[in-house]
Amino acid sequence: MSAMKRRDFIKIGGASAAAITLGSALPTKFWGLDANPLHNPGTDGDTVVPTFCELCFWKCGVLAHVKDGRVTKIVGNPAHPLSRGRLCPRGTGGTGLLYDPDRLQKPLIRKGKRGEQKFVEATWDEALDVVAENMAKIRDKYGAEAMALYSHGYGGSWFKHLMKSYGSPNVAAPSYAQCRGPREVGFRLTFGDGVGSPESTDMENSRVITLIGSHLGENMHNTQVQDFTRAIDRGADLIVVDPRHSIAAGKARYWLPIKPGTDLALLLAWMHVIVKERLYDRDYIEQYSTGLDKLEAHLADKTPEWAYTHTTIRPRVIRETARLMAGAAPASLVHPGRHVTWYGDDTQRSRAIAILNALLGSWGRKGGFCFPSKTKLASFPHESHPYPDVLPADMPRETMYPFADGALASGICDASIPGTAGYDIKGWIVYGTNLIQALPNPENTIKAIQELDFMVAVDVLPAEITGWADVVLPESTYLERMDELHAPAYRTPFVALRQPVVEPMFDSKPGWWMAKELGKRLELEDCFPWKDSEEYIRERVQQSGLDYETLAREGVILGKEEPAFIEDGIVPSFDTPSGKIELYSEQLAEAGFDPVPSYTPPEEPPPGSFRLLFGRAPTHTFGRTTNNRFLSSVYDENEIWVNARMAEEMGLTDREKVVLINQDGVRSEPISLKATQRIRPDCVYMVHGYGHDAKGLTFARGRGASDSRLVTRFKTDPLMGGTGMNVNFVSIERVTA
Amino acid sequence: MSDVRYAMVIDTRLCVSCKACVLACQAENDVPEGFCRDWLVEEVSGTFPDLSAENRSERCNHCSNAPCVSACPTGASHIADGGVVLVNHDKCTGCKACIGACPYDARYVHPDGYVDKCTFCMHRVKDGRQPACVEVCPTACMYFGDLNDPKSDVARMLRTRKHKVLRPETGTDPNVFYLV
Repeated sequence: MSAMKRRDFIKIGGASAAAITLGSALPTKFWGLDANPLHNPGTDGDTVVPTFCELCFWKCGVLAHVKDGRVTKIVGNPAHPLSRGRLCPRGTGGTGLLYDPDRLQKPLIRKGKRGEQKFVEATWDEALDVVAENMAKIRDKYGAEAMALYSHGYGGSWFKHLMKSYGSPNVAAPSYAQCRGPREVGFRLTFGDGVGSPESTDMENSRVITLIGSHLGENMHNTQVQDFTRAIDRGADLIVVDPRHSIAAGKARYWLPIKPGTDLALLLAWMHVIVKERLYDRDYIEQYSTGLDKLEAHLADKTPEWAYTHTTIRPRVIRETARLMAGAAPASLVHPGRHVTWYGDDTQRSRAIAILNALLGSWGRKGGFCFPSKTKLASFPHESHPYPDVLPADMPRETMYPFADGALASGICDASIPGTAGYDIKGWIVYGTNLIQALPNPENTIKAIQELDFMVAVDVLPAEITGWADVVLPESTYLERMDELHAPAYRTPFVALRQPVVEPMFDSKPGWWMAKELGKRLELEDCFPWKDSEEYIRERVQQSGLDYETLAREGVILGKEEPAFIEDGIVPSFDTPSGKIELYSEQLAEAGFDPVPSYTPPEEPPPGSFRLLFGRAPTHTFGRTTNNRFLSSVYDENEIWVNARMAEEMGLTDREKVVLINQDGVRSEPISLKATQRIRPDCVYMVHGYGHDAKGLTFARGRGASDSRLVTRFKTDPLMGGTGMNVNFVSIERVTA
Repeated sequence: MSDVRYAMVIDTRLCVSCKACVLACQAENDVPEGFCRDWLVEEVSGTFPDLSAENRSERCNHCSNAPCVSACPTGASHIADGGVVLVNHDKCTGCKACIGACPYDARYVHPDGYVDKCTFCMHRVKDGRQPACVEVCPTACMYFGDLNDPKSDVARMLRTRKHKVLRPETGTDPNVFYLV
């Protein structure tokens, strides 16, 4: 940057006449006659360190530019298959987390009552001693299984290892029962396998993409959105089913503004048309599936006319869209979605999506779903205590969710209220997840916390959950620490490294160090037989036959591309009881559930009320990023979307502040009203993750409203225990000044 | 003057208004807090349920007939090599005549006193790199290149795709084009 500032320039400007007469060097600075310098903002780093992102859980490869010890910018790593050199806004905004002035800086020990957010600063030794003493006490008094870990984020692996060594099976993340669990179970029941994360979709080759409530583009998983828009660029047609005119709906050939809660009726009617008109992939269905006759019988009366009465989608549109998606098969993807815990029948709805994909023959086909592969990594050779031979306490007494294939975060929370589950949970480690906003009914979460003997929170920011902890441990951000290797199942197998870009700020520490130190104090030293995470990672990489230096330099090592489709010669196998795609599920019938998904109409909002729907903004990951000032420069507060006509009828104007009141009388924080044509009149919508009240989140506190607070009710999925949260109704009240 | 004519072509069908371009620009160009050189416009028309939408990443249009350059009393705003409209910080007095003249509201006064705006990242382009917004975009909706080179992406897009410019009635002859 030029050293000359405007004031200096004005001075020179005033003296220019004299300067010319002197014939000095100044004439080149005379108005308009000199060469104009090209300004360089100078944000390129002296060093550029590859690592992977943690602003969401997609884990894109990034390159962090470091200049004079500061991270100046973060860009996509072109070599990394999950970013391909591109990033979403959050990935770009990682510096806003690193340099967040509200970061937790020192270990804290609670001084006041739980939730009063009063703490004293402590040394690491003091804080870790308190945690270890309490964990030892719980182990002695109730057994190790009385300790639970909630973990959301890649640094959680060290604490999972700690819990395994310590002896507790109670490890859960809200990403299962509050997010994608039902989808995994629905697909597993049908195809014998879930879709995983990153999803095993092959969207870039799809010719028709059908989205059901999935708002890709606003839900911003980098590579997924890249594939989505690449498909659009190649001429793919979109069918978007959403009560709200989402960004994706704005690009769709068909937008179906469905009545919320009726998606299953639409799915059944689509299948009805496809089966009745014999539009399904007959060879594929014959070769790989079982139960078509029973499915056909079940669908006989699920006509588009029947579905119309429930969904408000006209029969003609249902037929046209069914034919459109079938016409492009098998390169026709009915997207499985991601956050699918909506109405409590979510596994069955996901299963209907899976069956529809089966009829289209898209599972295992180009433009549908691929069979991903992964880089095989050697584990670190160390003593490992056997996994404890005790079941998690995540299900209520005398209740079984027979098809749950992951632990229920909500269930473990409930198990902390004495007498609720098979045994009581007495202690929590909460790693990187703000349970107050992540679990439904925050009052219940707080009630559970009050019953605990001990709770420790490990976090980067003072989110609400840390205010309830007995000890708070400040973790370094992803840019300051080394975590476990990342080698997911993906179309292109790879292994990626997270390595420190800069030294940890303040008195923060990486998770591996905390877990190892706790292990030491709990006499589990043999479970952590490495000096530091680098020694551990180096050993794993080298034992896997890979070169650590290459990985550290490039950030990623690609594996060999494997065949991923039936078209490539893969002979598919299905890990179901029949060994086939189960259009009709005997195991569901035996367990007393619908063997083919059935539709039950949802409860209607009471007069004057709206169904509360929530979703995401591309700039934010739940409430985790809402304190990030950099990201907030482009989106800093949520608003409540209300149909413009309804707003007018209520006498409310666009942008005025309103309060939402739910069916149980719970009032929201004030929120801006967005009166819009882009939503149905029977529901309202807001972006999740706002309405913070934690004292320490000085930026996010008081901005927008919290949907979580209004989710006092939920419907539990009887198959796997997911919490359907789109079952709350709100009325709207003007805020009077 | 070289015979290069830099242009940007933005595909509104692909853009999802995620604003990655805005943040990447701010980081790359050290744009001061509270300002931006590019921004998103979500244009929705119609009445529920008959709606249509367009998403656009907007910025300085680097007009060939740039009113800001004509309005500038000091010659700070100028048309540089490649037809790119730039501001020479040293010559700018911050008088804001250009801000009044610009029909796109693309300019702001930098806290250091000069007027600032999108540079098409010429400091990158001269090294053969793409502008930061083009590089980051997860939807790959932006193309940048030399319109005078018939083999460039931008020339190819404008030859083959329906496109528009913003506020053509102002006669500014923009070099940012939108595919519709």
